Amino acid sequence: MNRLFAALTTTSALALTVAAPAQAQSMQNMPGMSMPMPSKKPAAKRPAAKRPTPQRHPTARRTAPARHPPAKAGREPMENMPGIPGMSDGAAQSQMTGMDHRAMPMPGAPAQSGTMEGMDHSAMPGMEMPADQAGHDMSGMSSTEQTGTNLPAGNAPAPLPPMDHYADRQFPAGDMQQSRSSMMRESGGQSFNQVMFNLAEYQAHKGRDGYRWDGEAWFGGDVSRLTLKSEGEGAFREGVESAEIQALYSRAIGPYFNLQAGVRHDFEPGRPTTYAAVGFEGLAPYWFEVEGALFLSDKGDLLARLEGYYDQRITQRLVLQPRVELNLAAQDVPATRTGAGLSSAELGLRLRYEISRQFAPYIGVSYEAKTGQTARYARAEGEDPTRTSLVAGVRFWF
Amino acid sequence: MQHSFSRRQFMRSGAVVGGSLALANYFPAWAQPVSAGITAPLPTLSGNDITLRIARQTMMIDGRPSKAIGINGTVPAPLIRLCEGQTVRLNVINDLVDEDSSIHWHGLLVPPQFDGVPGISFPGIRPRSSYLYEFPVKQSGTYWYHSHSGLQEQLGHYGPIVIDPAGEDPIKYDREHVIVLSDHSQISPEGIFRRMKVDPGHFNFQRQTLAGLLAGRDQTAKDRLEWGKMRMDPTDVSDATGPAYTYLVNGHGPFDNWTALFTPGQRVRLRIINASAMTTFNVRIPGLPLTIVQADGQNVMPVAVDEFQIGVAETYDAIVTPTEDKAFTLVGEAVDRSGMARATLAPRPGMAAEVPPLRKRPLATMKDMGMGDMSMGGMEGMDMSVGAQRGVDTTAEQNSSAKLATGAMAAISAAMDHGDMPMDHAGMAGMDHGAATGADAMAGMAPGAMGTAQGPMAGMDHGSMDMGSMKMRDFSNAPQVKKGPGVQTISPMPMDRTGEPGQGLENVGHKVLTYRDLMALERNPDVRAPSRSIDIHLTGNMERFMWSFDGEKMSDFHEPIPFIEGERVRVNLINDSMMGHPIHIHGHFFELVTGHGDRAPRKHTVIVQPGGKVTWDFTADAVGDWAFHCHLLYHMHAGMMRTVSVRPKGEAA
Repeated sequence: MNRLFAALTTTSALALTVAAPAQAQSMQNMPGMSMPMPSKKPAAKRPAAKRPTPQRHPTARRTAPARHPPAKAGREPMENMPGIPGMSDGAAQSQMTGMDHRAMPMPGAPAQSGTMEGMDHSAMPGMEMPADQAGHDMSGMSSTEQTGTNLPAGNAPAPLPPMDHYADRQFPAGDMQQSRSSMMRESGGQSFNQVMFNLAEYQAHKGRDGYRWDGEAWFGGDVSRLTLKSEGEGAFREGVESAEIQALYSRAIGPYFNLQAGVRHDFEPGRPTTYAAVGFEGLAPYWFEVEGALFLSDKGDLLARLEGYYDQRITQRLVLQPRVELNLAAQDVPATRTGAGLSSAELGLRLRYEISRQFAPYIGVSYEAKTGQTARYARAEGEDPTRTSLVAGVRFWF
Repeated sequence: MQHSFSRRQFMRSGAVVGGSLALANYFPAWAQPVSAGITAPLPTLSGNDITLRIARQTMMIDGRPSKAIGINGTVPAPLIRLCEGQTVRLNVINDLVDEDSSIHWHGLLVPPQFDGVPGISFPGIRPRSSYLYEFPVKQSGTYWYHSHSGLQEQLGHYGPIVIDPAGEDPIKYDREHVIVLSDHSQISPEGIFRRMKVDPGHFNFQRQTLAGLLAGRDQTAKDRLEWGKMRMDPTDVSDATGPAYTYLVNGHGPFDNWTALFTPGQRVRLRIINASAMTTFNVRIPGLPLTIVQADGQNVMPVAVDEFQIGVAETYDAIVTPTEDKAFTLVGEAVDRSGMARATLAPRPGMAAEVPPLRKRPLATMKDMGMGDMSMGGMEGMDMSVGAQRGVDTTAEQNSSAKLATGAMAAISAAMDHGDMPMDHAGMAGMDHGAATGADAMAGMAPGAMGTAQGPMAGMDHGSMDMGSMKMRDFSNAPQVKKGPGVQTISPMPMDRTGEPGQGLENVGHKVLTYRDLMALERNPDVRAPSRSIDIHLTGNMERFMWSFDGEKMSDFHEPIPFIEGERVRVNLINDSMMGHPIHIHGHFFELVTGHGDRAPRKHTVIVQPGGKVTWDFTADAVGDWAFHCHLLYHMHAGMMRTVSVRPKGEAA
């Protein structure tokens, strides 16, 4: 430990304030190694003039600052500075990396900060700041010798990729082809599937209790998928009130969103309808899961739907999910008692506990409202256009 | 600080050790529950003819049976001990019933047909068949081997290689231990991959929650909104993690307490290999400084550290010299602090030392998103130090290894968990560096921490750099990257982070190894300037678990990265993701460009920190096709891989 402090003091005196620990740990306290050097401590203080070819000596490297007259060495980094604005190419970066801050003409550490303060980075728009500069990690700038990895890279052209596979020379081409294609497939070309029910619940409300589901299944790769969606509801002992299924081709159009197109079929009792469907699904800023679609029925009616939910983690496993679903229509569709404009809305708030990520029971409340003309249709038939339900269910996927 | 065992703990450990002893034949000699160390000649596999048999088996971890794939009946696979200069013949028999297998000799310079990558270097080894690898051993050091087929590596298909130098070993030691760190799961590897694909963040149980916000932990509400707007989760440090894994030392769980013996005063060489599928470890032995003497099998100038981060597939050799007659705990903490691998160094079997508690998991910062050091320029609200000081979410879950924490250090951790870090950025910023010239001022401060200190930079005019308009996904910052759903972000300002100790190790209060600390012991064999340089972007989308180079997955990109034989090329690896990637090239070593000239550290695998970049030079001297990939198994499996082709001049197109 004494040696460490001795080294620290020595190097500090050489204005190597920040780099000192990194320096000190390199040699004086390395019991583990038999190294080709006669004496360690003297080497660290030896002036440069006595060692014209220090790069061949393993111990000389980290003692570089002591060997360089500051004024001379100080010129080098300054010459490199004009290279900084264009730093996107490798050559300039390496010069930057090779910058010897310790060699700058400065009497002590405060001056060093001063030098940095003088730098106006606003003049360097394209600059990528190397961490060594940010952190003043001098151990990374141990050499002013332009050799090996300190040298800038040239700009020779890249060769064209070969057209053959080298292993085909050593193994039967058929065997290689087979293993190559399976290796390719196993490196990003796999297909997956998932069946997920966000809602699968019992609904307790005025009148006969009911049930509701909203789920989705998909099969495919990262970009192209076959997606099936289904939602619907019903009342116990009265049967299904509404049920629909969508079969969509889904394509990733960005990091977060999929574009989807296909067909939707409604199994409304006595009034089955088929729609062409086009929509999107994805993750919006602030972690909102959103989904939207336009539906054109075989009778020429245009409908739309927007859905969104947000998973608010209360703890790692307790999640509150506010959810909104809006159904819209471009025209009155008396056959399905749907009015133009916003026809219905559902606001839900469900609290689930993730026993596992795959299986999460929940309780919650759901408020459904028919609006506008749709509400009038409902009232005309003696129905209450709004309904509040207490719900209990399971969110699950497999 | 002798740790006194409670009776119950003692009984429990005794039972576990006893149980493990009964099952000792599951492990090769060097990986037995208590290892006296390995001495040459070894009771392991050596000589010129070696037979390896790959088969499914069961392994015992913390007293629980687990499905595995082993070699010659053990997990990890047997230690292969070779001598530099020999020619070795390795007959590999695939006894798996219905799947191909392979062995890649990680870090060994071998002819391409023996490199062991199905589809690139050879067709693979069919079930119930064998393949004879034969090559001259041209190097020495610590290496390892593993399957390159499917996800077999996750199941235990990995083992260590030690090659003794032909001449005198410059590293002196009295005893050595091989320490293979790995991760093992009760979930099948296919299951792990699928869960991450269909449910992003599936294994992350250390997220930010409302409970944490109300308790004043992690990010402030303002920061959470900012990050939410970007759809980035700062707790997404690693993807397959603690809840999925038990972290192993030589095939033993943390409760098994694998023990390496030493005699006080001995110089003990630890050959540490990270054979994990997905886990970056932070390795330390509280109370015992580590002198790093080798990295990736290549000797380096000794560097004394208290801790180092080891990426998947990296190896480090460290010398420790315990002088006291007491036990020490070797801790391999997962980078996201969701669990730990644990072993004991002890003078006698049956001992245990205090196990430190898991430290606070790090939160990703703007810098991890490649946005430079935002904490400097008036963006205090997004500074990591704010979140880092506030402590971890109250509901965060770790795996069972968290229960191992004992004694006083556990209590200290509890206090620290309330945000009282001994050193923080806010304090650093106000520090007068000019005054910090004396050893006294420096003594309490790890150099690693200095790497992120902002004091001297404070005067720099960053205000006019207009961070506010920095775009997260601006392809003009990386024209070569293919636009697509697989690219979530492009680092607008990737930084060289090789002077930093690794994610989450900035303020641990002691010296942590950085890549810049590494210097080759001998002059590099090729000190020419690179004739050209290339950029390779590490790209991904955490929301779809897509990983790629330059925006293109291996599966949809077939053109290799071409090199001419003998050509020296500078490679810039630019991490456009918020996750670290250990990048490995087959058949070659590269020299890290970290300012050490002709004594650059030579490596086969290097971690590119989140939002960071790493530059290396290498000489394309091995003709053939070679794999180049992220060594996180599921990232490679998701497409983060390429073929590198080296052809003689003139032969190339």
